[in-house]
Amino acid sequence: MSITRTLDPPLDPPPSARRARKQRAAAPRRTWRQALRRDWQLYSLAVLPVVFFVVFRYLPMIGNIIAFRRYVPGGSLFGEKWVGLRYFRMFMQDPEFWHVFTNTLILGGVTLLFTFPLPIVLALLLNEVRSAKLKRLVQSVSYLPHFLSIVVVAGLIMQLLSVNGAVNQGLRALGHTPIPFLQQPQWFRTIYVSSEVWQGIGWGTILYLAALTTIDHQLYEQARIDGANRWRQTWHVTLPGIRPTMVTLLILNIGTFMAVGFEKILLLYNPLTYPTADVIPTYLYRVGVVSGSFSYGAAIGLFESVIGLVLVVAANRISRRAVGAGLW
Amino acid sequence: MVTLNPPGSPQQATRGRTRIQTTRGYRVFQVCNALILTAVVVVTLYPFVNIVAQSFSSESAITSGHVNVLPKGFNLTTYKKVMSDSAFWQNYRNTVVYTVVATGISMVLTTCYAYVLSKRHLKGRKVLIAIAMFTMFFNGGLIPNYVLVSDLGLRNTIWAIVLPNAVSVFNLLVMKAFFESMPAELEEAAAVDGLSTYGTLARVVLPLSKAVLATMVLFYAVSFWNSWFSAFLYMDRSDLFPVTVYLRNLIAGASGGTDQSAASDTALQIASNIQAVTIVLTVIPILTIYPFIQRYFVKGVMLGAVKG
Repeated sequence: MSITRTLDPPLDPPPSARRARKQRAAAPRRTWRQALRRDWQLYSLAVLPVVFFVVFRYLPMIGNIIAFRRYVPGGSLFGEKWVGLRYFRMFMQDPEFWHVFTNTLILGGVTLLFTFPLPIVLALLLNEVRSAKLKRLVQSVSYLPHFLSIVVVAGLIMQLLSVNGAVNQGLRALGHTPIPFLQQPQWFRTIYVSSEVWQGIGWGTILYLAALTTIDHQLYEQARIDGANRWRQTWHVTLPGIRPTMVTLLILNIGTFMAVGFEKILLLYNPLTYPTADVIPTYLYRVGVVSGSFSYGAAIGLFESVIGLVLVVAANRISRRAVGAGLW
Repeated sequence: MVTLNPPGSPQQATRGRTRIQTTRGYRVFQVCNALILTAVVVVTLYPFVNIVAQSFSSESAITSGHVNVLPKGFNLTTYKKVMSDSAFWQNYRNTVVYTVVATGISMVLTTCYAYVLSKRHLKGRKVLIAIAMFTMFFNGGLIPNYVLVSDLGLRNTIWAIVLPNAVSVFNLLVMKAFFESMPAELEEAAAVDGLSTYGTLARVVLPLSKAVLATMVLFYAVSFWNSWFSAFLYMDRSDLFPVTVYLRNLIAGASGGTDQSAASDTALQIASNIQAVTIVLTVIPILTIYPFIQRYFVKGVMLGAVKG
């Protein structure tokens, strides 16, 4: 992860880095035996964390082979016998799968469409505010929802949208009949995306505000001398100044695109809203955990993880080619 | 060390720009901007105000749709009712215990690993970093994790919540960046004084890292405090639930949850009173410490981004 390069103007390497480089040049390459003798205490500190990663991160990755094997609950962690691509063929032929696949793409796409640009807009607006007090207030308040549990957010949404909740009170005042929002599939995407924006817009501004402080203000003066008005200054100076941050966050967003807010959807959806709300992770949860078809669920999950990985790698490659900056 | 302007402080760039003459259009923009930002504040706070108002209101006022920003039919009976529920307090206690234990273990693992990764001369360092980084982009998925935790016999134990999420790679990278920024002379001096690696870490490095340690503790504590899904997945006994699962069952019950039959209208309304109180009681700890911890969070995020 090196937003580093992108946020920091290139400076002289700090003294410590320079020293390190000198040391490396001086010291000959050590063999493993020498390294172990010298640094065994350091290696010993790494043992437990590595065990954690191996057991709780890499073992489940390997555990995905149950997607290719028949798994019997209570049996071996890695399944009983090979069945090849049977489970993949199964979900490829399952119309229900393609339905939740489409839902995932739509929900992920619409979410990205709003949650990516809106923090940039808010950061730019905050950057223009003259009153430091107002700025601080807006920041403190808008960061707050980020710290809430998803369960609390779901509870707030249900209260606001209930038949007698605040939103329906407003509708009633306007002469509408109340709408049972959470029971109607056509409202689900709106509700989900607005709640994502509500919870994340403030927190999303932090990195942009940090990037904005690094823009050289002489650039603005030059732009002004060239006759650029405020709008053009924003367009030609501010936006290019935060572009690396934008690219980095876009890549990260695209990488998590397929994961959508699984926990939030699980809390908010119900069979009535499945037509729009059911996505790959929730479907996987129902067939895998609730119905106990572990192998089938693992096959879907593996498919999803691979798409996620491909998306990150692709986004990174495109951004490196297009703007010369990427995550790695 | 990087010195970062907290976003709230006056910035050079802005100061430089405010000196110019203000056109009429720009003044109009300033007014609109202030209005938009005020609207952001109002929209963000409104759900909280609404829920607090409901928590103090009578059931009948809520069912008739009259509670908005002010309580109607003010009473404390719902609070008394929820607070006298022993299951609620038991689950609340569970949340505290889980959060403390999980944060402790996470801190030990993260600190040790970050310290190791910050040592540039270490042979095999790149591999150790890659082991952590790769998990950011690819994960085993829900089912293999579920099978693993069940097979390890962690169901219905605190370890099902603590262990699978013990190290956050983001936090790890933040700490690694911080350790890397420490002057190497300090540790060389410690080595000259005859301190071992363990001694250097415990007596020299950690005392100088209090700020970043505090930030990390907060990051972990808030995420464990808020988490519900691991408990929901791996715990069948209600006496082991954290309070988030208690709340989840409450709201799922009221909305019909995943049951086909929608909950009856009256059940929904009675619950909405109790739901409101439970939500308020669950977020109060976060809301009370929020003003004091907010800037640490912002610092942590920027440290991670700038130096990661």
